[in-house]
Amino acid sequence: MAADRRVWLAAAGLALVHLCVLSAGLLAPYDPEEQNRDLPFSPPMRLHFVDSAGSFHLRPVVHPWVAFMADGAPRYQEDKTRALPIRFFVRGEKRGGGTGTAGRRLFGVDAPAHVYLLGTDDYGRDQLSRLLYGGQVSLFAGLLATMIALSLSLLLGGISGYFGSWADDIIMGSAEIFMALPWIYLLFAVRAFLPLHLDTRQAFFLVISIGGLTGWARPSRLIRGVVLSGKQRDYVRAARGFGASTAYILRRHVLPDVSSVALTQAALLVPHFILAEVALSFLGLGVGEPVPSWGNMLAGLQNYYVLKSYWWMSISGLALIPVFLLYYWLSDALQARLSGVAQ
Amino acid sequence: MPCKPASAALRSEKASETSIIPMNTTNKRLVLALLAVTLSTYGTCAPQASQAVKANEELMAVQGEIGKPGGRLIASLRADPKNLNPVTALDLPSKQVLSLLFADLIHINLYTQRTEPALAKSWTVSPDGRHYTIELRRNISFSDGHPFDADDVVFSFTVYLDEKVHSPQRDLLLVGGKPVQVRKLGPYRVAFDLDQPYAAAERLFDSAYILPRHLLEQAYKDGKISQAWSPAQNPKGIAGLGPFRVKEYVPGQQIVLERNPFYWKVDARKNRLPYLDEVAFLIVPTQDAEVVRFQGGDLDVLDSISAQDYTVLEQDQKSKPYRLYDLGSGFQYEFLFFNLNDLSAKGDPEIRRKQEWFRRDEFRQAVSAAIDRAAIVRLVYQGRATPLWGHVTPGNRLWIDSAIPHPPRSLERAAALLKAAGFSRRADGTLVDAHGSPVEFSILTSPSNAQRTKIATIIQDDLSKLGMNVHLVPLEFQAVMAKVFTSFDYEASILGLASGDADPNPEINVWTSGGGFHIWAPAEPHPLPAWQSDIDRLMQQQTAVLKFDDRKKIYDRVQELAAQHDPVICLVSPNVLAGVKDSVAGVQPAVLKRHVMWNTEQLYLRSPASARK
Repeated sequence: MAADRRVWLAAAGLALVHLCVLSAGLLAPYDPEEQNRDLPFSPPMRLHFVDSAGSFHLRPVVHPWVAFMADGAPRYQEDKTRALPIRFFVRGEKRGGGTGTAGRRLFGVDAPAHVYLLGTDDYGRDQLSRLLYGGQVSLFAGLLATMIALSLSLLLGGISGYFGSWADDIIMGSAEIFMALPWIYLLFAVRAFLPLHLDTRQAFFLVISIGGLTGWARPSRLIRGVVLSGKQRDYVRAARGFGASTAYILRRHVLPDVSSVALTQAALLVPHFILAEVALSFLGLGVGEPVPSWGNMLAGLQNYYVLKSYWWMSISGLALIPVFLLYYWLSDALQARLSGVAQ
Repeated sequence: MPCKPASAALRSEKASETSIIPMNTTNKRLVLALLAVTLSTYGTCAPQASQAVKANEELMAVQGEIGKPGGRLIASLRADPKNLNPVTALDLPSKQVLSLLFADLIHINLYTQRTEPALAKSWTVSPDGRHYTIELRRNISFSDGHPFDADDVVFSFTVYLDEKVHSPQRDLLLVGGKPVQVRKLGPYRVAFDLDQPYAAAERLFDSAYILPRHLLEQAYKDGKISQAWSPAQNPKGIAGLGPFRVKEYVPGQQIVLERNPFYWKVDARKNRLPYLDEVAFLIVPTQDAEVVRFQGGDLDVLDSISAQDYTVLEQDQKSKPYRLYDLGSGFQYEFLFFNLNDLSAKGDPEIRRKQEWFRRDEFRQAVSAAIDRAAIVRLVYQGRATPLWGHVTPGNRLWIDSAIPHPPRSLERAAALLKAAGFSRRADGTLVDAHGSPVEFSILTSPSNAQRTKIATIIQDDLSKLGMNVHLVPLEFQAVMAKVFTSFDYEASILGLASGDADPNPEINVWTSGGGFHIWAPAEPHPLPAWQSDIDRLMQQQTAVLKFDDRKKIYDRVQELAAQHDPVICLVSPNVLAGVKDSVAGVQPAVLKRHVMWNTEQLYLRSPASARK
């Protein structure tokens, strides 16, 4: 079926992205926190397969940047006299106290030179390494927050829909309150009261749990509706008439209906929560320096001069686009399959 | 001076292309039609022509370029002025506007950094340095035409010194803890008596603006002077002795000032100043927006530019009609500081435990030695800053102690200092104190200040090389201020201070214990560290020494003590950067605050009648 194939394609695309991000330790050439203070804002290096004499090499080379001043701004120029061949499976070093790990790296150049395929940021940190490690934070923040939100909404929406009466009133009432709260302002207030000793990991979990806790309201209403309509179907009534237990009915008849709705919701919620992490870190409330996240990598763009002069600082924003598209395709395909099944 | 309502009104509407069309009959009608529209939007009155100079008026002639009269200068404020009452104004935008509306007796020339006569024509000092007799300018008037005399001076100082009024000016007018006494000796002569000789006595009078007694005396008697003149109520009723007066105020948008036709300064050719008809302050809430509007030609003046924005503007300088100034190191110093408050029993036990490290001189010296100031200058300021090892910046040429050493960054020296203080490294590189607990602390930053956040990130990386684990805590700026000045619930932070004057006296507030800006310990520990008692004593001592060389020696010692014990770890002094449109002339940029706008009365437009391009 066409819808099925689309589901698998989108899921495979997403799996690939997540796999890349997970293997940042191998793919990233440097520690994401390593500063190279001599090369701030250096542009992405170009891979050269053809040398100056015009002959082709299978092993690409990069030319290191040399900084010079032009119109008062630091500029970079390729040093054509030096060619650094890209080497594969080089040894990487761990920086004390950093996020990165020691071990083999997929590619690199001979030290002390560096290769920056996506340029460097304002402290001379490798953007490619930060993009990969930052993806770990941002993408998994999205997944984890979705898991929290979805399990909450399954539980609460299920109770609300199945048992009805006062439980329904209370749960759906509080869902409405949750939807009406101005979360960004609340977060600013909460941050000011938090202890000073919150390290980056704790801040990360804070962001996730706040995301998850705030996100349950909308899907739980949907799930309540599905459960409510499911328990009134004739075959459910019949099962109950034959003496089936609540647990049996839930497992056998209600959950299968709910699960496909929940999957579609999940595919929609993940990009929503990734965006939430990006927004919070962009505002300085989420994951803090020096640990990278796609949000705090974009924070520099708040400054006019960065926005105007250094396009590669928006790389993590660009990376969000394909990830979001894949998630939305997945959700579309799931939706299509769901309606196909219903027919 | 001819009145030029057409050009001024048209400029303000940016419809001014019309005014460069040659005046044939059809176009004249067009211009007149436009003029009618603009006048109705901008109020009724064209800027008033300056009053002819009267024979007995004692005016002050200033040196400088001879300008052309007319036109409007457009500058910006970061926020609405909260309060246009010089008695109670505190916020920066209000002070910026007030400096154009009011005048003082003796003024600090921000360019020469020396005092010069203003409303005081001349003055004499008694041999013991305690009595000042001031001769006032005769027959000059407030901006509403009411004459000025000694009663206004006595009234102003009475108001400022009245404890019930709670004017922030009062603290500045205390000498040896006692307020200055003012007496009227004649219609144009007043005397000031100081409790003890005071080295910078002339500088006391700067920015102590003279108030119009005829407008404010009733409010003062009713006990309502603090409430008078809020910008919301009739700002046109404000009258001062400054070069401009308020014409119009639209909250959230702009405040327009018009020339004071009675102003008491003239140029070398006896033309009454100011040259400009109007100064408009647009309210532009962010620095980025200011830069974009300056680049687009909406603003004539950018009084201060960040290093990054300067770089952006510089790239376009060839194609755009503005010029930029890099004046080198200013008076601002950025520093890292630790919480050294006396937290006694009620403070957070965690912070109190860490204070044992913070209080060690060696600890702070090691942090200072590990910080890569050159990298801060390069990465945060694009090279437009000067590294600092003491709190007096190179911009203060008169007072800086050049003997203060500038040790290069050295992780080895830092490690040695820490070792001497009982710290050691674990096998995994973590620095631990004598009790074996890892050295870990947080630095408060506010994300709204990108430069300080970047400085903190660099310091975080530098200190990680010593094995310290530093967290950055982003908080809103007001929350940072509350923690530093009120609740003392923080470990370290980065802030900047800028003195408004070259003289050491304003620094008393920062460096003596109990001073209002004694940032690292507003709640001073007991007993005081010996070096702090020394600084207290020396700072008090220098106020009473009248000879510059002797004072300098004392202040040098203060600088040495401060640099040696690092109560604040001075990092960098950003360069003073400003931008002015090419059409504006008479600019004499100064390193002290109000870099371009300090002599607004002498600024003029090269072609005031022509269009705004």
